Amino acid sequence: MTIAFYLASAVAIAATIMVITRRNVVHALLYLILSLLAVALMFFALGAPFIAALEVMVYAGAIMVLFVFVIMMLNLGPAGVAQERAWLPPRMFVGPAILAAILLADLLVLLAGNPASAGQPQVVAPKAVSLALYGPYLLAVELASLLLLAGLVGAYHLGRREPKKEND
Amino acid sequence: MAAVPLEHVLLIAGALFALGLIGLLVRRNIILMLVSVEIMLNAAGLAFVGAGAHWGQPDGQVMFLLILAVAAAEVSVGLALVLQVYRHFQSLDAERLNNLKD
Repeated sequence: MTIAFYLASAVAIAATIMVITRRNVVHALLYLILSLLAVALMFFALGAPFIAALEVMVYAGAIMVLFVFVIMMLNLGPAGVAQERAWLPPRMFVGPAILAAILLADLLVLLAGNPASAGQPQVVAPKAVSLALYGPYLLAVELASLLLLAGLVGAYHLGRREPKKEND
Repeated sequence: MAAVPLEHVLLIAGALFALGLIGLLVRRNIILMLVSVEIMLNAAGLAFVGAGAHWGQPDGQVMFLLILAVAAAEVSVGLALVLQVYRHFQSLDAERLNNLKD
């Protein structure tokens, strides 16, 4: 269990170093996805399976899709195809694939581990999290929903195109 | 009791946070600066979850959920701002956004 944690943290730090040193945004995003997956595995090893699932779904899923959408929107036209081909040559996938293979082996070790063995972390189940979320933290949940609404309205307002002059 | 000592979790979270901070300070591409902010928020969440796991309480995970909401709102507004910046300046270089300086 601890081995899995340290292996995942090594992958996370290596992937993060690659993120901040890549010259190309798409390559940086590839490594960022790996970094987030490694952190999710660290959460799993720490005994927080619910948070690990959320990390994969919201961070590595939704937020990364936002980044990729924006990069796609900024590169329209026929030049975009050639640019995309230059962005992602097959050898670019070697580094992320190696790190992802390490993570996969790590996950298999983690899942194959005997849950009754010593050194197992105490798992905080999703039930306890949700009871705390809708008990003492109810006000914080409402504030988070308000913040998300403000973010939605703000992103809609900022992201639309400028109206043509006074014809609307 | 967690098998991994809390100090190690905090050290790794601190290292990830420092990497995000370095990225934010060094990179001049606005999208990569946003990515660095995401890394820093993620590292803060890791510290929360590690502390929550150390004491076996769900509070750390609740805090991570709130950080997740903050990160989602921040990145959506930030990326909308990136779109506007690109439309006005045709560039993603943060050094070119110096109209207030002149």
